[in-house]
Amino acid sequence: MNAIYTLPDEKGYFGAHGGRFVPETLIPALEDLDAGYAGAMSDRSFTDDLSILLRDYVGRPTPLFQADSLSAHCGGAKIFLKREDLAHTGAHKINNALGQALLARRMGKQRVVAETGAGQHGVATAAVCAKLGLECIVYMGEEDVQRQSLNVFRMKLMGAEVRSVDSGGRTLKDAINEAIRDWVANVETTYYLLGSVVGPAPYPAMVRDFQSVIGHETRQQTCDLLGRLPDCVVACVGGGSNAIGMFYPFINDDAVKLVGVEAAGKGLRSHEHAASLSAGVVGVLHGAKSYLLQDEHGQVLGTHSVSAGLDYPGVGPEHSYLKDSGRAEYVSVDDSQALAGFTLLCRTEGITPALESAHAVAYATELARSNGPECAVVVNVSGRGDKDMGIVIEALGGAM
Amino acid sequence: MKVLKSVFGNSGMKALIAYVTVGYPDVATTLRLVPLLAENGCDIVELGVPFSDPLADGVTIQRASYVALQQNVTPGTCLDVAAQLSRVTDVPLVFMSYYNPILRMGLQRFCEASQVSGVSGLIVPDLPPDEGEALEVECSMHGIDLVYLVSPGTPAARLAYVAARARGFLYMVSLTGVTGVRAEIDGGLEQFVARTRSVCPLPLCVGFGISSPLHAKQVARFADGVIVGSRLLQLVEEDRSLAKAVQFVRELRQSIDSPPG
Repeated sequence: MNAIYTLPDEKGYFGAHGGRFVPETLIPALEDLDAGYAGAMSDRSFTDDLSILLRDYVGRPTPLFQADSLSAHCGGAKIFLKREDLAHTGAHKINNALGQALLARRMGKQRVVAETGAGQHGVATAAVCAKLGLECIVYMGEEDVQRQSLNVFRMKLMGAEVRSVDSGGRTLKDAINEAIRDWVANVETTYYLLGSVVGPAPYPAMVRDFQSVIGHETRQQTCDLLGRLPDCVVACVGGGSNAIGMFYPFINDDAVKLVGVEAAGKGLRSHEHAASLSAGVVGVLHGAKSYLLQDEHGQVLGTHSVSAGLDYPGVGPEHSYLKDSGRAEYVSVDDSQALAGFTLLCRTEGITPALESAHAVAYATELARSNGPECAVVVNVSGRGDKDMGIVIEALGGAM
Repeated sequence: MKVLKSVFGNSGMKALIAYVTVGYPDVATTLRLVPLLAENGCDIVELGVPFSDPLADGVTIQRASYVALQQNVTPGTCLDVAAQLSRVTDVPLVFMSYYNPILRMGLQRFCEASQVSGVSGLIVPDLPPDEGEALEVECSMHGIDLVYLVSPGTPAARLAYVAARARGFLYMVSLTGVTGVRAEIDGGLEQFVARTRSVCPLPLCVGFGISSPLHAKQVARFADGVIVGSRLLQLVEEDRSLAKAVQFVRELRQSIDSPPG
């Protein structure tokens, strides 16, 4: 067995990736956040509050469900579904939003800003801010506001202000730019509640830690069900928070294969995809060094995916490290394969996954087909698909 | 290539620094504008390298970058523009670029090419000194001053740390926020400059939000240089003959040089 995994290092690096590439104005705020986070995690009353709310407000632990019908359909490995779609607000995003909102309150910040792509992080943040009495502003790309209108309405219902962003490609990347600009301007009063394992240190490690509850539960649950660890865990990767949350507790278990599934959109050769690890070059965006979809002049490229939550040109620095080190494997699934995974899970198990999670489902079914029944594959169903009905109707309407 | 330090040589002289995005509204305008800025009183010109995700910039420079990128302005274009300008004007040129385009070209190649193009300095708004070692090495090998930024929230110990790493001058961000036109100068600025001066031997130049001759005059009372960007770009946009931009620069110069009062 390799040495115990201790990354990131004290400068926030995972190997060659990570760091803190931000305007000087934000450096003191990141140092405060570092100290605030360390203080909170060593304070029993903070971690107790978090555990109780994860149980009673979020509804944890979420089940690990043996998907017999899906497994039978594939005719190979046993597939297990980690049901993050059953978490309060409908996705894993709440795990991190809750942790950070409690931290914001503890640090005396009354105003919270967040970005959102599919709207799941926005909804989760709006919910916890409503619960904790914090002001909440969510930046969302104009294109996402249109394709995820249901989530926009949910955020507003819970008292959040949703600000539509019309710069750049008008999706998640641009929403993050705008949230960072807001934070720079209001850094004294404002907490930036970043929703993925991206951004400057300490965000990638902090968000990972809050999401690790997924993998810790899965580890325990597979041991209870099978008397052993799974052979493989599969999760979709945009920024990569649900995947890291699933992978991290298995990172020292070399026998457990970790597979991240990126969005190949209309195909990796089409230039209309969001597969940073499969097709990117190392660069700096949103405060961290990591694989990035960029042109030969260092301009960040536009992306495409049928799922708004994966529609992002960067990826968390820890994934870049896990790719370089070979500890995790990264593959990609295109829009039509994801839609096929989506409908297959609906038909076989009566479960409607988010289009993001459908990428992981699609790859897991392929993996299951090429393995025997002794093999156990866990898929993280990171969210539920209600928000995606409009897109699915448009894509499959004629075929239904 | 001009040494930035020489600009601040004369005691009592305050530097006027102009920012322009290369290729806004087009490359021909940049080539025409920069010599005019120099003739009408600018001591240093910052050439902005357009970037797709300018997260330290407000709407004016965001739009300027977007327009420039639409016309395929690349870091290579910017180097070429700098080289052409160096042949027609003596004003020291400083690149302002986000880190990724530099990283993509390669730090060594970018610095080498900047030197050949006659560029004297480099400002990278998303590169704090903690991440700047590799670029510092390349800059110093190629005679380029790597200018760092500080902001009003920078704690005392960190001010000294950044000041010790900066070369050429220290870029003092006047406010907590992004670039862009503002109605007033931040009330705490003079105190911030005083606090910085006690730990920094470099010239102190103030930018972000300086939008009028009155602002420039107020800042020049206590700082060594005044940096103007967004307002200048607005005037370039308003009047493509550049008469308004030139007039603005003349007024800035006069108000900086006029006795206090």
